Amino acid sequence: MITSAFAWIADAANWGGDAGIWMRLLQHLGVTGLVVLAAAVVAVPAGIAIGHTGKGRALVTFTSGAARALPTLGLLTLFALALGIGLAAPFWALVILAFPPLLAAAYSGVESADKVTVDASRAIGMTGMQVLRHVELPAAFPILVGGLRSTVLQVASTATLAAYTADIGLGRFLFVGMKTNHYEVMIGGALLVVVLTLVLDVVLALCQKAVERRAG
Amino acid sequence: MNWVSQNMDLALGLLLTHLSLAVPAIVLAVLVAVPLGWLAHRKRRVRGPLLTGVGLLYAVPSLALFILVPSLFGFSIRSSANIIIVLAIYGVAILVRTCADAFDAVPADVRQAADALGYSTWKRFWSVDLPLSVPVTMAGVRVVVVSTVSLVTVGSVIGVQSLGTLFTDGFQRGIIPEVLTGLVLTVLLAVAMDVLCVLIERALTPWNRRRA
Repeated sequence: MITSAFAWIADAANWGGDAGIWMRLLQHLGVTGLVVLAAAVVAVPAGIAIGHTGKGRALVTFTSGAARALPTLGLLTLFALALGIGLAAPFWALVILAFPPLLAAAYSGVESADKVTVDASRAIGMTGMQVLRHVELPAAFPILVGGLRSTVLQVASTATLAAYTADIGLGRFLFVGMKTNHYEVMIGGALLVVVLTLVLDVVLALCQKAVERRAG
Repeated sequence: MNWVSQNMDLALGLLLTHLSLAVPAIVLAVLVAVPLGWLAHRKRRVRGPLLTGVGLLYAVPSLALFILVPSLFGFSIRSSANIIIVLAIYGVAILVRTCADAFDAVPADVRQAADALGYSTWKRFWSVDLPLSVPVTMAGVRVVVVSTVSLVTVGSVIGVQSLGTLFTDGFQRGIIPEVLTGLVLTVLLAVAMDVLCVLIERALTPWNRRRA
C-alpha cells in the first residue's frame, strides 16, 4: 500500500489542477499564514501589554490551559455548523487554537527582561514606552520568535483536520481517499502532510537561528 | 438541550469508550518515557539525538500518524490499538524531555549519600532517583493527560468511536447540542483526570505533603 502511495505522489498528473497537490499545498500554507497573522495581530500586543503592566496574568494561564483541553475537532465541527461549510469555520477555529501560545510567548518574553535593568531604566527617567522599546522588547524577541515557530507548526499540523469540514488543504487527500476507498491517495496525502510539517519545522528552526544571530 | 436528555446513555457510553482509549495510551507513554528519560539523563551522547527525534515526531499531525502507523505495521486503521499506539507515541514525544529533566533535578547530595551507603545503581534508581523525580515528571504527565484526552477525539474521523463521535455525528446530522455535549464532556474529562494526577502525585510524594 505504501508503494502505491509513493507511485501516486510520483505521478505528475496528480500535482496540477485545481485539486492537485500544488494547489492543496498552497491552500494549506495560505491558511496557516493567514491564521497565524490574524491571531498574532491581537495576541502579541495583548501579551506584551500583560507582560509590561503585570495586569491580566491569569488570562495567559487560563487560555493556555483551556487551549490544551479544547478538542480542535469539536471547535471545527461546532463552527462549521454555526457558520456553514466555507472557510470561515476552520479559520476561526484555528485562530482560537493559535491565540494562547502567541499570547504566552509575548507575555513571557517581556516578563523575561532583567528586573534590575527594568528598574534601573525607570530610575534614570525612562518613560514606560522607552523601557518597553529599549529594554523589554529586545529581551522578548527571541522568545517571541520561538513562540511564532511552534504556533506556525501547530496550526499547519491542525489545518490537516480542517479539511474534514472545508474543501481546503492537504488534508483533503486523506478524507477523499478514505471516503472513496482510494487508499493510495489517503496514505499519499498523509505522507505529504508529514513531509510538509518536517520541512516546515527545519526551515523555521533555521529562520529562528538566523534571527537570533542577528539580534544577539 | 432536548438532545442531551434523550441521549444521556449514548454520551456516557462514549465517555467510557473514550477512557478505554486514553488511559492505556497514557500509561503506555509513561512506561516508555521514564526509561528513555533515564537513558537521556545518564548518557549525554544519547540525549541530543533522542530529544531531537521525539521533537520531530511531535511535529507530525496526529491524523497523518493514525493513517501511516497502521499502514506501516499492518493493522486495521479502525482499531482501538491504532489510537492507543499513536497517542502513546505522542505522549512519549512530550514526556521524554520532562523525564530527563526530572532525573537531572534529583539533588546530587542525596544521590551521593545513597552511593556512600553502598546502594547499587539499580537499587538507587528505585529508592532514590525514581521517587524524587516524581514531582517534575508529574508536571509532564499532566500535560500528556490533557492533550491525550483531547486528541482521542481525532480518531472519530477515521471511524474509531470516542467522545469525538459526538462531533462527527453531530456535524453530519446538524445537531449543535450534540457537538456541544462532546466539547463539554471532553473538557470535563480532561479536568477530572488532571485532578486525579494531582492526587496521585500527593500520594507518591508524602514528604512534600507536610510542607504544603
